[in-house]
Amino acid sequence: MAKKEMQLERDVEVDIDITQRKRIGRSLGEKIFDGANYIVVTLICLICLYPMLYVLFASISNGNALYTHVGPIWAPLQPMTLDGYVKVLANPDIVSGYINTIIYVVFGTLFAMALTILGAYVLSRKGYKLKKFFTMFVVLTMYLSGGMIPTFIVVRNLGMLDTRLAIIIVGSVSTWNMIVMKTAFSAVPQGLEEAAIIDGANELQVLTRVILPTTKATLAVIVLFYSVGIWNSWFNSMIYLQHRELYPLQLFLREILVEDSALEGSMDIQSGVGVNYIKPLLKYCTIIVSTVPILCVYPFVQKYFVKGVMMGSLKE
Amino acid sequence: MTKTVAKKVPKPPKNSLAGKRGGWAADFRKHKMLYAMFAVVMIYYIVFHYLPMAGIVMAFQNFRPAKGFLESDWVGMKNFIDFFSGPYAGRLIRNTIVLNLYLLIFGFPAPIIFALMLNEMRAKRYKSVMQTVSYMPHFVSAVVACGIVSLFCQSSGLLTSLFHLLGLSDQVDMLAYPQYFRSIYVIMDIWQSLGWGSIIYLATLSNVDLNLYEAADIDGAGRFRKIWNITLPALLPVIVVQLIMRIGSMMSLGAGNVILLYRASTYETSDIISSYVYRAGLQNQKYSLGTAVDLFNSIINIGLLTGANYVSRKVTEESLW
Repeated sequence: MAKKEMQLERDVEVDIDITQRKRIGRSLGEKIFDGANYIVVTLICLICLYPMLYVLFASISNGNALYTHVGPIWAPLQPMTLDGYVKVLANPDIVSGYINTIIYVVFGTLFAMALTILGAYVLSRKGYKLKKFFTMFVVLTMYLSGGMIPTFIVVRNLGMLDTRLAIIIVGSVSTWNMIVMKTAFSAVPQGLEEAAIIDGANELQVLTRVILPTTKATLAVIVLFYSVGIWNSWFNSMIYLQHRELYPLQLFLREILVEDSALEGSMDIQSGVGVNYIKPLLKYCTIIVSTVPILCVYPFVQKYFVKGVMMGSLKE
Repeated sequence: MTKTVAKKVPKPPKNSLAGKRGGWAADFRKHKMLYAMFAVVMIYYIVFHYLPMAGIVMAFQNFRPAKGFLESDWVGMKNFIDFFSGPYAGRLIRNTIVLNLYLLIFGFPAPIIFALMLNEMRAKRYKSVMQTVSYMPHFVSAVVACGIVSLFCQSSGLLTSLFHLLGLSDQVDMLAYPQYFRSIYVIMDIWQSLGWGSIIYLATLSNVDLNLYEAADIDGAGRFRKIWNITLPALLPVIVVQLIMRIGSMMSLGAGNVILLYRASTYETSDIISSYVYRAGLQNQKYSLGTAVDLFNSIINIGLLTGANYVSRKVTEESLW
């Protein structure tokens, strides 16, 4: 099992290490090519990174200076201040949004994982009559869907509108993830399962004692996919929730960052009166506060995400 | 790989197989636990996938929530006729197509070019740092990404300043004016998907036979020549599959980012079919009209997917099915 994980790690390394080619010696043209290539790639990555840096610098800048500032920021505008963060963290919306988001991430991931594992396990078994039908039944939903409104009506008729349950359940299971997991389950050596069956294990025991422990790496990837997906999602909450006590963080962010900017933009056109000078600062702080958890774990888990993308691309 | 493993396993004796062949009851009894497990999954899929599919009938009804699917009045094609004879159909279809063409022209090649450039880098550590950095925007949530864009597009914002410097815009809130919407949308899309989209191409390139490059070296081929004659052909199958999927999902471009970025003052260029479905169908509760428009969109989509798949199978022998 540990060996399997090591194998996965090594695969990732290999993927990164694809250009270690033998070289005899480089001509001048080659050197220019390489130099230009390095510079351009570095520039592209700096451009990718810069918006986040800008937000970070802006969030600890002086509010008034920020309001009047035009153009790029290369360092926090003096005098630096953490006032914005103090205000944002004292905002009850942000706090309750955080708590709700954590609830949705934990229970949503649990629910989605349970169904994904069950589905993937059944689809990975062999020798029962409905296997083809079950596979079709699931895969078809990747190409066809009822769309936004019929789904809404179904949820409404189930009485799930404006409940946490709607956010945890509706649209939670990803068929794509189920197929990826099924592929991983199918790759478990049959000998292991047969040994368990001879020992008298039933299907559920085969799943929990043989399959799950041997596919931990895949499970981890899919847990990550689900939890980041739920953390970042907002559309379902917008459609299904009315009570603000139930709003996840992203919906409050939408109010603070997007809707308010639109409002201000229209005021900007008219007169510019009634503008709150500290607002931009608060917005930048809000972005940092809401994104830091993801960005903190991101460097450690990104290789698993990459692994996940590749598992998905290796369709049978 | 799985398949070879499966083949080595000795098959159960013939007669037990024959005994099972006709017997559904026996099959159910033998695998009752499997069927019970799948029943749970099936309920979920029926309720949240297949019931909504059946709910599409409301596109042909004058749906009233109080009456439900069964009692609502049937109106035939009226909702479709209303939509196509209304003022918005042309604008929505045009906006959806144009925005998608922009994404196809600028957004699709970007990760491929980026992957090719990364692939040419030999400093392994540096390259993996670059990759990590380039994936990061993908993990920023849509709301935050659109929030950043909104801030950057304000009259004194970063992107506005840049556009102004290049003579492309005035110092105004760019999101309030229709002429900037598509550029802003595409820039944001590329920012979020450049690095992440390159993963699949890099993964493919990791499987290219290195001997090919060595042989090319011996033949005295330069870097561009190797990229053109070895690397790109190796990528072609993946590019084709990605392109089919891209074209097949063109019309179904999610409403999410558009709803976050558009404003009433920019509907002229920003309003696309899926955002209209949301606005008309859910916000204004014209459920049947919304469903009809959505259905029209899905049909176009399936047509596009099938067409792209067909063309690609004919031309390159690569296809999804």
